[in-house]
Amino acid sequence: MSDSTPGIDSTPATMDDPHLQPLAKNPKRMEAIAALSMVVGIAGFVAFIIAYWVNASTQWEALTLGIGMAGLGAGTIAWGKYLMPPGPFVEERHDFHSTDDERTAMNAAITGRGGIEVKRRKMLLGIFAVGGGLMTLALLIPGVRSLGPKPAKSEGTQGSTKDSLFTTNWQKGSKLVTVGGRTVKVDDLETGGVLTVFPQGHEGSSPDQVILIRLADLGPNDPPYPLSSPGRTEWGVQGYVAYSKLCTHLGCPVGLYQQVTQQLVCPCHQSIFNVNAGCIPQFGPAPRPLPQLPITVDSTGQMRANGSFDQAVGPGFWERP
Amino acid sequence: MIDKTLNWFDDRLGTAKGGRSFLDKIFPDHWSFMLGEIALYSFIILLGTGVFLTLYYVPSAHEIVYHGSYVPLRGQSVSEAYGSTVDLSFNVRSGLLMRQAHHWAADIFLGAIAVHMARVFFTGAFRKPREFNWIVGVLMLILGILNGFLGYSLPDDLVSGTGIRIAFSIVESIPVVGSYLAFFLFGGNFPGSGVIIPRFYVIHVLIIPAILVGLLAAHLGLLIKQKHTQFPGKGRTEKNVVGSPMFPNFIAKTTGFLFMSFAVIFLLGGFAQINAIWQFGQYQPFQISYAVQPDWYMGWLDGAARIMPAWEWVGWGHTLPLEVFLPAVVFPGLIFTILMVWPFVESIWTKDYEYHNLLDRPRDRPKRTAAGVAMLTLLFGVFFASSTDVMANFFQLPLEDVLWFFRFFVPLAPIVAYFLTCRICNEMRVAEGIGKRKRALIVERSTEGEYTTTEAPGQPGDGHEEIDAVPVPTFIDTSDPSLATAGGVRRVIR
Repeated sequence: MSDSTPGIDSTPATMDDPHLQPLAKNPKRMEAIAALSMVVGIAGFVAFIIAYWVNASTQWEALTLGIGMAGLGAGTIAWGKYLMPPGPFVEERHDFHSTDDERTAMNAAITGRGGIEVKRRKMLLGIFAVGGGLMTLALLIPGVRSLGPKPAKSEGTQGSTKDSLFTTNWQKGSKLVTVGGRTVKVDDLETGGVLTVFPQGHEGSSPDQVILIRLADLGPNDPPYPLSSPGRTEWGVQGYVAYSKLCTHLGCPVGLYQQVTQQLVCPCHQSIFNVNAGCIPQFGPAPRPLPQLPITVDSTGQMRANGSFDQAVGPGFWERP
Repeated sequence: MIDKTLNWFDDRLGTAKGGRSFLDKIFPDHWSFMLGEIALYSFIILLGTGVFLTLYYVPSAHEIVYHGSYVPLRGQSVSEAYGSTVDLSFNVRSGLLMRQAHHWAADIFLGAIAVHMARVFFTGAFRKPREFNWIVGVLMLILGILNGFLGYSLPDDLVSGTGIRIAFSIVESIPVVGSYLAFFLFGGNFPGSGVIIPRFYVIHVLIIPAILVGLLAAHLGLLIKQKHTQFPGKGRTEKNVVGSPMFPNFIAKTTGFLFMSFAVIFLLGGFAQINAIWQFGQYQPFQISYAVQPDWYMGWLDGAARIMPAWEWVGWGHTLPLEVFLPAVVFPGLIFTILMVWPFVESIWTKDYEYHNLLDRPRDRPKRTAAGVAMLTLLFGVFFASSTDVMANFFQLPLEDVLWFFRFFVPLAPIVAYFLTCRICNEMRVAEGIGKRKRALIVERSTEGEYTTTEAPGQPGDGHEEIDAVPVPTFIDTSDPSLATAGGVRRVIR
């Protein structure tokens, strides 16, 4: 019996061997349970087909299918666990490693045969290696380079927003419009109102998204709203300020404006920006203030950009100075 | 008839030689050995439901006007990806069931892998000669996480689209090559030139599944070649395997288990709503939802990004976004590297270069167990940190306090967990009989008032393990009619 190599055992096992007695105390009863369980399963599958046929709800489909699978599964497990010869049976393990002789022969084949070839044909091997490497490179170049445009190297580079992390479509004089293309007038927002705006012609564009906030209901002749960031007082107009809506952490839209605390909150990773102080990050993982867009109002009351951003918008990257 | 068929195959393939030993292959019985099976069976569901979904899903960012049966969306401009996902949920029969079963199967697949991996780790099943299979397993975990992310990004809904935006920024944060990689991957600055959905699609349905199938074959092939580990017990040595044979017991039990896993996944798919994309709406780069968490297996990365301080480094004309690069690239890289090299590090550390087929009890290896618990504490720490906003709302605490709690908890708790686990393991080793399966004790009071304690009688199967294990018999002699009717065995063998 201890012979583990497969083959016909000389002494067949007999039915009174305890290894072959089912675990179930009453095998007939267990067989009935398993059979019943499987029949419930079959009923489940039939019910599923009917449920599908009559276009019943997703819940009915799942319920019938689930009963089918669970019934069949439970019956099969009961069969395997309680009725089949339970053992315990044993199997010998064999050593994974080969004999010392086999190892020596294998190693010699590699180092011997290979080694001789390496010694004799050094030049060929070198050229082969270079060729193989170049083939990989040659295939990789189109495989990688064709994927997309090269990002623009620096701020001065002209190009579309698609090719550069530095540029946006905001220019001096760009009309502020909503995502639907409606132009934004100076009396559109009350104090505490916010609006996502884009430069006209680029509605919905990711890098151009700007959050326009009205901090105070100021008229054209009122003194400008005092922003605590130095030199920025003129960047807002009549109580309005505009900031890039791209979080400087991971580029989510900074969509939560809390008027009471004058904070902009990014819902992704909870960076908080102080709106009154040039949107410097107050809390959380964002490293830089949201870039501010200088805005103005023309004679017709239309809100316009008074220039572009003074830096790249969005999260940090290597080429950013 | 069966003989004839088997001989036909043996004539051509020689199946009888190895086939018999394959049928006799012994699987040790322990509930924890079924965890990997759950992963395997959810993977089968993933392949099946996944093929169903590919027949209806359209991997395109092209904008169309929605005309399907979901009324609130009618007349709106949506991407084909989003529109077709809503359509296959509502207009394709059984589509919603298949889609939700697919999503649940992915969550269960990765959950089962994680728990299976913990079992392998804490019992030392990764030791020589099974280091290969450990590495194959870690690779499948990484690919599984990646494919889960790609998969839930495909519907192009608001929540997953935000995740893609974050993925772009993470790639962008890699020093020197980051912006190039991000531009190549997306075909330009975010949101790219409409290529990301088809690209994610081909990676999700073809490239990663193909690699996963290959790794899975290797994982199971190595398991068969190297045989299963087993817990120490009567008659169990480093040189043998004791348990149930592949045929018929293991096949029956595991097939039943396969059906049960299927049942759970489809019941979840039909009753537990998951990723209701029609409620989120189509992704727009300037819109965002509140209190949204990624699928569970991405939570640890999200949490790491949340608790990281704003340590951007700027100098020499360059920016190094460490606040992103460290938690989102270096941190997972480090975790996966530690997992990969652990078998080798432990073997060098303990100077143990022997074969190990018998498993450890976790308490008997206090340092390994403590290291594992520390790792889990770290990962659970960052995982829970991914819901700082939800916690702040729920517990009515300032967001700042919740965040600061995690900033300290995540690095410190693993250290505490390490020493605590070591201590518990050492005390459990000293105490006698802890963790042993106990039989109920029956206390009886005699008429004289004397108390006696006896062990309760055994349950079926209790004493079974006390029998000596024998090799699987080739056939069973049922010629004695009095024995042939005994015990129901004949029905099985017939």
